[in-house]
Amino acid sequence: MKLHTNYMGLKLNSPIVVSACPLSEHIDNIMKMEENGAGAVVLFSLFEEQIRKEEAAFKGVMSETTYAFPEALDYFPNLDEFNVGIDDYLDNIRIAKEKVDIPIIGSLNGITTEGWIDYSRLIEQAGADALEVNIFFIPADIAMSSSEVEHRYLNIIQTIKREVKIPVAVKLNPYFSATGNMAMRMKNAGADALVLFNRFYQPDFDINELVIKTDLHYSEAGEIRLPLLWIALLYGKVQLSLAATTGVQSAVEVVKYLLAGADVVMTASSLYKNGIPYLKTMNKELQDWMYMMGFDTLDAFRGSMSQQHISDPTAYERANYIKILEGVK
Amino acid sequence: MSNKNKIVSTIDGNEAAAYAAYRVNEVCAIYPITPSSTMAELADEWASKGIKNIWGSVPDVIEMQSEGGAAGTVHGALQTGSLTTTFTASQGLMLMLPNMYKIAGELTPAVFHVAARSLAAQGLSIFGDHQDVMAARTTGFAMLGSASVQEAHDFALIAQAASLQSRIPIIHFFDGFRTSHEVNKLEMLSDEQIKSLIPDELVIAHRKRGLNPENPFIRGTAQNPDVYFQGRETVNTFYNNMPGIMDKVMKDFGKLTGRKYDLFEYTGAKDAEEVIIIMGSGGETVAETVKALNESGIKTGVIQVRLYRPFSLEYFINALPSSAKAIAVLDRTKESGAAGEPMYQDVLATMVEALQQGKIKSLPKIIGGRYGLSSKEFTPAMVKAVFDELKKKDPKNGFTVGINDDVTHTSLEYDPEFKLDESGWRQGLFFGLGADGTVGANKNTIKIIGENTDLYAQGYFVYDSKKSGARTVSHLRFGPKPIRAPYLISKADFIACHQFNFTEKVEMLDFASDGAVFLLNSPYNKDEIWDKLPGQVQQQIIDKKIQFYIIDATTVARENGMGTRINTIMQTCYFALSGVLPKDESIKQIKKAIEKTYFKKGQKVIDQNFKAVDATLENLFEVKYPKKVSSKTVDLLTVPAKAPDFVKEVTAKMMVGHGDELPVSKMTVDGTYPSGTTQWEKRNISDLVPIWEPDVCIQCGNCAYVCPHSVIRAKFYHKDNLKKAPGGFKSAPINARGFPETQYSLQVYLEDCTGCNLCVEVCPATDAKDRSRKAINMGEKEPVLNKEQKNIDFFENIPWNDRSKIDFSTVHGAQFLEPLFEFSGACAGCGETPYLKLLSQLFGDRLLVANATGCSSIYGGNLPTTPWAKNKDGRGPAWSNSLFEDNAEFGLGMRVTADKQLDVARDMMNELKNELGESFVKEILEAKQILESEIAEQRQRVDELKTKLKSIKSPVADHLLSVADQLVRRSVWLVGGDGWAYDIGYGGLDHALASGRNINVLVLDTEVYSNTGGQSSKATPTAATAKFAAGGKAVGKKDLAMQAISYGNVYVARVAFGANPQQALLAMREAEAYDGPSLILAYSHCIAHGYDLKNGLDQQHKAVASGHWPLLRYNPVLRKKNQNPFVLDSPRPTVPLKDYAYNELRYKVLTITNPEAADELMKHAQELVNLKWKTYEELATKKASDFVPVA
Repeated sequence: MKLHTNYMGLKLNSPIVVSACPLSEHIDNIMKMEENGAGAVVLFSLFEEQIRKEEAAFKGVMSETTYAFPEALDYFPNLDEFNVGIDDYLDNIRIAKEKVDIPIIGSLNGITTEGWIDYSRLIEQAGADALEVNIFFIPADIAMSSSEVEHRYLNIIQTIKREVKIPVAVKLNPYFSATGNMAMRMKNAGADALVLFNRFYQPDFDINELVIKTDLHYSEAGEIRLPLLWIALLYGKVQLSLAATTGVQSAVEVVKYLLAGADVVMTASSLYKNGIPYLKTMNKELQDWMYMMGFDTLDAFRGSMSQQHISDPTAYERANYIKILEGVK
Repeated sequence: MSNKNKIVSTIDGNEAAAYAAYRVNEVCAIYPITPSSTMAELADEWASKGIKNIWGSVPDVIEMQSEGGAAGTVHGALQTGSLTTTFTASQGLMLMLPNMYKIAGELTPAVFHVAARSLAAQGLSIFGDHQDVMAARTTGFAMLGSASVQEAHDFALIAQAASLQSRIPIIHFFDGFRTSHEVNKLEMLSDEQIKSLIPDELVIAHRKRGLNPENPFIRGTAQNPDVYFQGRETVNTFYNNMPGIMDKVMKDFGKLTGRKYDLFEYTGAKDAEEVIIIMGSGGETVAETVKALNESGIKTGVIQVRLYRPFSLEYFINALPSSAKAIAVLDRTKESGAAGEPMYQDVLATMVEALQQGKIKSLPKIIGGRYGLSSKEFTPAMVKAVFDELKKKDPKNGFTVGINDDVTHTSLEYDPEFKLDESGWRQGLFFGLGADGTVGANKNTIKIIGENTDLYAQGYFVYDSKKSGARTVSHLRFGPKPIRAPYLISKADFIACHQFNFTEKVEMLDFASDGAVFLLNSPYNKDEIWDKLPGQVQQQIIDKKIQFYIIDATTVARENGMGTRINTIMQTCYFALSGVLPKDESIKQIKKAIEKTYFKKGQKVIDQNFKAVDATLENLFEVKYPKKVSSKTVDLLTVPAKAPDFVKEVTAKMMVGHGDELPVSKMTVDGTYPSGTTQWEKRNISDLVPIWEPDVCIQCGNCAYVCPHSVIRAKFYHKDNLKKAPGGFKSAPINARGFPETQYSLQVYLEDCTGCNLCVEVCPATDAKDRSRKAINMGEKEPVLNKEQKNIDFFENIPWNDRSKIDFSTVHGAQFLEPLFEFSGACAGCGETPYLKLLSQLFGDRLLVANATGCSSIYGGNLPTTPWAKNKDGRGPAWSNSLFEDNAEFGLGMRVTADKQLDVARDMMNELKNELGESFVKEILEAKQILESEIAEQRQRVDELKTKLKSIKSPVADHLLSVADQLVRRSVWLVGGDGWAYDIGYGGLDHALASGRNINVLVLDTEVYSNTGGQSSKATPTAATAKFAAGGKAVGKKDLAMQAISYGNVYVARVAFGANPQQALLAMREAEAYDGPSLILAYSHCIAHGYDLKNGLDQQHKAVASGHWPLLRYNPVLRKKNQNPFVLDSPRPTVPLKDYAYNELRYKVLTITNPEAADELMKHAQELVNLKWKTYEELATKKASDFVPVA
């Protein structure tokens, strides 16, 4: 039973990839992920504003407290290697590349054009096999038009592709007016893969304290439907790799995404819930399912339930919606 | 001269000395003390980086709990054969004295490197003179004095070599700050040079003398009258040999390096008639002055004393020209009551002895004088005055120079205009703020020029005594020859003002030479700026034909991605305008330096800095000014007319930087200064200040409670008071029941605000319609300043609320208590001062404070102004600082006095029972004095008593009158930081707590030595980094609370005002009410933790929520009532430790430098937190009988 897959030119032994999450901050975890059959690891995201904020905060603390008082010309041990910026992230890539054989994908969440350029180049130089750009952008400015938002995405992709030679995946959100068209334009801008979808930070309110709640919750299996829809719609229509993320709790979701046409399926929350060795379980269950269904390879069934391949393509469109409503009646 | 073949560096004296000392030692035991701390810190840093000594091993650097401890460890390491050193100063050296006698008596080679500093006498001073080393001159240590940064480097090695050869330990000293902190260009010793001066056989011989069970012997016996004396005389030969050995080492050193030194180094005319004898950096000033005088035909000379102990008659007489007719010995020390200062007496005795031995034919006139105490300036003009004095028929003996002694008239007059030829130097003065990076940029400039060109460079930096809004002045000299000028710049050809508002506060252009360049960071453009300058500044620009340039550095920095950091911008301007280097060369050098600094950060950062440099040049404008003054003169000496005379005549002068002009007669004779002088110093250091919104406010008092500078105050009053209120005075009906027609006002003293933001952060009230508007918000000061000044005047006239009607038990109530600790110089957002303010509010009018040296003694007692204040009745905290190490004992002494005088008073009351009336006496003696109302009643009785006593004519009545105040209960508080309580003063603290006396100890625990710059203490928590714990503290924080609890009768509380203000308030009141020893450990957030202190309260919450700082109270009173005395005031930890810790640089830094170690330590720290919590939880559930009974 072969689980090999190709993700934007990277050859993976399994379609199950660990998505960007803090688990990959520790090299021991990355090694464990490889041991348990992860196809690749997307490193935790490097947030540009966080780096800049930390850098500014620490520099501020350092500079404001240095040479200000005759008895205390500074307050911290003098460390040449001290750098709160991106260095530790890059070190993580380097160490991971030394310790494991599976592809290591850097994940960058930028803000400024300079940030995208600088950090993507540094991530490539550190040895990452590919880069996932996480365009986490909420167009809160109501003066910004949808075409401006789209242009911003495309511009980021073009900029990064000019800077790096490694494959670039774009993790995008589902809220474009024409997601399919955007996928095609992203491909034209140079994207090698799309990761569907980014889960936007959605705030809640605490009505007693009258403050915004900032808690995060893991994705649930029920959340796979939107990415499943779009992977099924895009499969075969845009010539780039498709990665599914969100809602992967077991091999069941993996199978579904593969049936829709995903090249890889990403998960993090299942590992938080069940531990890293759960990767092995998912791989095993995937193989069991394939065995049961008589598939030798992933390609044997990948995309078989995409819009292109099912007998009733309208099932993915309005007709399906009407059918459901009628069923409710 | 080219420096191609030499290792050249531009470093300060501390680094220069430490560099050599580190290479020739194996063990270094230290304790931080200004100004020597840097030497030890560097040694620790080098050791942590694995830098090796000349024998290929990394020295073991150990921080001790005190200098006494350091000396003991040094002694032990030496006795077992290690090459061992230490670095210290001032009181630190005093604590080493007992061991120094031992080390010298045992003929143990070692070098103590001392950045010589004043001793605390009428006041503490961190600055330089020779009082400390002179106090150690009797220990038997040899004494070798360096006069410059180069010498500090060279003599560190020479001393080591001479000590090993002679077996006599040596104090190698140089002037604190003047040399220790002066940056100068010097030639560095290579390891080969160092090795060749330290023969291996001497090192091996030292080791062989060490204690060794394989070859046992006893050293350190107790001796009797029969042999002790003879034993002391055995060392004579060694001391007799020492000058020759030192001379030989110096000669060998000269051959190695080309730098030649003598024990007594003479400079001047061969036939000089007047000669000055001097030691330390002042010798450089004298030597340069002598050269100038010689050139103009004046036959003078100077002997720079290098080896002061043993003082060699032969070498001295050989150095002194026989033509000398008059000698002035200059001592940088004061020995009250002596026949003269020490070196004067040495020279006098030596000369008489030489005369008796026939080595000189006649005795010249010999006088002694004092100069330069506490880094007082010592200039060529003063040197000239001394030579002029020597020419007089009857020169003054015991003179002073550099001050105006108008009481005993010891001082010599001097002509401040006398200067040496300074035409070879480019001299720049830079006025900046501590936080704006000016000093850092200037240090960088010196490095750029010193290490990349053939020019010589010198930098010296002057700081003021405030921890917030501190001003800095950088003195930079550059020239083609080595710069030997250990005194400040008085005439500069370049003046830079990095803060525009200094134009109204500092007389910068007083220091400008004619035609100088004046560079101003100005928010106004070149057409607007002229009219924005005060009249006197305009006048000086015109009179001195100043070349006036401006740049809006703040905007250039912001627009070029540099944020608020203007230092690179101003530095570029200096390079462009100063003419030190040709402009193009300057810009090339600065860009080269940028590349070097930022190469690790990538091309982008480098380009950004390059862009800023280019933008600077584009935005630098010369101002063509009219030859006419257009503005009014601004009076710098502005204290209000209502200020006391002392403040007007003395304090105000210090405030504006004219303290040097104050004559002796204006000083208090015994170090006593009036209370509450910060109120006269409106520092206006923050442009953003809190603005109160009465309609949103819920009057909780939180903002007033947390304000570190007592800037926010609250009163309630009858609404009729408002009839005379100025327009715009803010007020709201009080929101408490039972107070009809009563208004509430919150007044912000905005000129005293440091802009820390804590008040806004703590404010719980938000406008329901606009969530961004709180009841207190930061706003621009300028638009409201005039109005608020009137409001403050009005607010001050509203009487403080009657203390007996205030609910002390709540934070809400505490806001109405007058703070008697106000407007200190503490850091913006300080986490210590809110406790002190609360202390002053609760017990201020009967409070005695013994304050350990540290941050709290500096912001609490550093001149010019002090924050401990008094109320309208003239009562307030009586405060004193003794030392660092003895504060518990010092405070205990205050308690003993209170108790003793109370006993005396009670006895005399009984004695005068008939005259005073039996019931009246009984009332006074049996008064409870727990509640504020009871104390107020007792005050009235004591007032009545005093009146009665005045009418009774008897010695007993007179005596009783002198101690009657003690009949009102005294509140004695021992205040200090964790360095004091956990480390240096721990033994004393333990003893004071064990005394059972009614003392209250407040430990302001910042978990690190804050005042001296972030060294690790035993309060430093696991996993945090600090100096001497750069790899993260591995052992746990000492649990001082549990140690004190073990006595049973000590009230103990651990509090955090930001996490639970109510509990902190309760603990302070319980501690004070408890008739026995009390200990409060107060969590104090601090800039040494490494985050923006506006988040200090949030961090306090997290410290408690994570279990790092569990809140607790142990109350022996409960034990006596058969209840569990141990109360846990905080809930079970709700967040992991790292959620608290990693918001702070002190923890975070390790995750970057050594993530694995950080991980391990954090796990360990979390385990400790868990364990501690478990123990506390168990204690909280025990019965009274499980605890130590209280007698």
